Amino acid sequence: MSSAIATPRALVGRTLALGASRIGYEVKVYFRQGDSVFFTFLFPLIFLMIFSVAFSNTSFGQTATGAKVTAAEFYLPAMLAAGLLLSGLQNMSIDIATEKSDGTLKRLGGSPLPVFSYFIGKIGQVIVTGILQSTLLVVVAATIFGVALPADPARWLTFAWVFLLGVSTCAVLGIALSALPRSGKSATAVIIPITLILQFISGVYLSFSQLPEWLQNFASIFPLKWLAQGMRSVFLPDSFKSLEMGGTWNLGGVVIATAIWLVVGLVACRLTFRWIRKDT
Amino acid sequence: MALYPHVSVRDLRKRYGDFAAVDGVSFDIEAGETFALLGPNGAGKSTTIEILEGYRDRTSGEASVLGVDPQHGGLEWKARLGIVLQSSGESGNVTVREQLAHFAGFYPHPRDVDEVIAAVGLTEKTKARIKSLSGGQRRRVDVALGLIGRPELLFLDEPTTGFDPEARREFWELIRALKREGTTILLTTHYLDEAAQLGDRAGVIASGRLIAIGPIDDIGGAEARIPVVRWTDQNGAHDERTSEPAAVVARLLAATGGEPAGLEVRRPSLEDVYLDLVAAHTIRKTTTEHLERSL
Repeated sequence: MSSAIATPRALVGRTLALGASRIGYEVKVYFRQGDSVFFTFLFPLIFLMIFSVAFSNTSFGQTATGAKVTAAEFYLPAMLAAGLLLSGLQNMSIDIATEKSDGTLKRLGGSPLPVFSYFIGKIGQVIVTGILQSTLLVVVAATIFGVALPADPARWLTFAWVFLLGVSTCAVLGIALSALPRSGKSATAVIIPITLILQFISGVYLSFSQLPEWLQNFASIFPLKWLAQGMRSVFLPDSFKSLEMGGTWNLGGVVIATAIWLVVGLVACRLTFRWIRKDT
Repeated sequence: MALYPHVSVRDLRKRYGDFAAVDGVSFDIEAGETFALLGPNGAGKSTTIEILEGYRDRTSGEASVLGVDPQHGGLEWKARLGIVLQSSGESGNVTVREQLAHFAGFYPHPRDVDEVIAAVGLTEKTKARIKSLSGGQRRRVDVALGLIGRPELLFLDEPTTGFDPEARREFWELIRALKREGTTILLTTHYLDEAAQLGDRAGVIASGRLIAIGPIDDIGGAEARIPVVRWTDQNGAHDERTSEPAAVVARLLAATGGEPAGLEVRRPSLEDVYLDLVAAHTIRKTTTEHLERSL
């Protein structure tokens, strides 16, 4: 009767195949929820547009050739990093906490869906929506606000790995944090303050170089600061690295700090994730 | 066919602090049997069924579902079960067909998606988003999701809540078809007529204890099923329990010399038997508690 899922090899194949089917399902459901599309998918784009318009006369520094760095150029990397945090961590943790309280997870937990297929579906959804979100941000910045995009392929390679590492880390941390809210209703109230504070101290809304040193050090514990730094290294003139801590882009630090959080998130997922809270 | 009972429970207990939600329940459900678990709200029905589904861990006792301890049931075990939970509140941003096709993919030998949709009477709603359905229609989606994996054992926790009478009749036909295919069914319900229609055997649970168990037609004992003759005369309403109702009616006819007013001969239904059982249990429990307190 159940020979199809007996051997370990078949189980891995089945987990991956069902994971792929979950990605399609999750992406479909994501875009059918009007509110999440607005608050997490378009949010960074809306902020990029507001900042670019509001500070259109402000100079954010100069390039090596003496050209002015505009608000749009300055905020593009910040909003790309914020997008990873919102799509990955914020949306994911609220989404899972809601699914936990509305019975979605209970139903899935009673079915033979492997828990890793569920994770693949969630992370895949974040990667797919993250790619669309970043593309939209870059295209709008370039076409509407005239941001000059880097021509050096090495920078785009940096963009690719910062994006992938960042999106996976945020997604995994989102799954882990979903254990925190006691109910779907309280999820927004528990999660949003965390992500909002992180954005303010990590150089998303405020220029990181203008924060006091102790706050910079504190923010360096968390991954968002590093993701924003990685994104700045891609989109800002190289001379801007003098404004970073230690006067370098420190891409090695970006890899290490984010990878540590990725591992922390994976361990936390493994330890805390349950289909349902037993006995409540 | 399996040689073991599909469900076997021995002295099952579940405690929450001082409160015993399930307090020493034992029963078996044979392969192919439909067993109805009846009882008032909060009696321990759902706790029992959720222990068997693997959602809750028991405090003590033994439980075996399809030969497996439900506390350690893996994916292969889950693939043989169908679970219709008591409530669901998913956001429902997918269509009926999308949802069923997606879940069908989880199982090694699923039923045909469109056949299941037709069986629960949702063919016209195939392309409707689940959130746009009425409560009763959403419940049918729940039932469909429970059937889609071609389960050997189907758990139905109050499946027809929110159904109109016609939908309930259709649902009964569906369950009878599943029974004919040999599906084992554990059903909890508030509707005693439903239990009588579908069940082979029933158990009545009250305050966490199984107070009666047996074939639907025997539950509560022969005593509880003695017919009642009711009539009215100048002294008011009368009722008499008798195993010979025809003789009583003949006697009345002879005594009054005409049609007795308001004459009625009733065999107690499962509902009457059930209500008597639960009432008797509650009285006994209250009396015991009074005694314990006064001692």
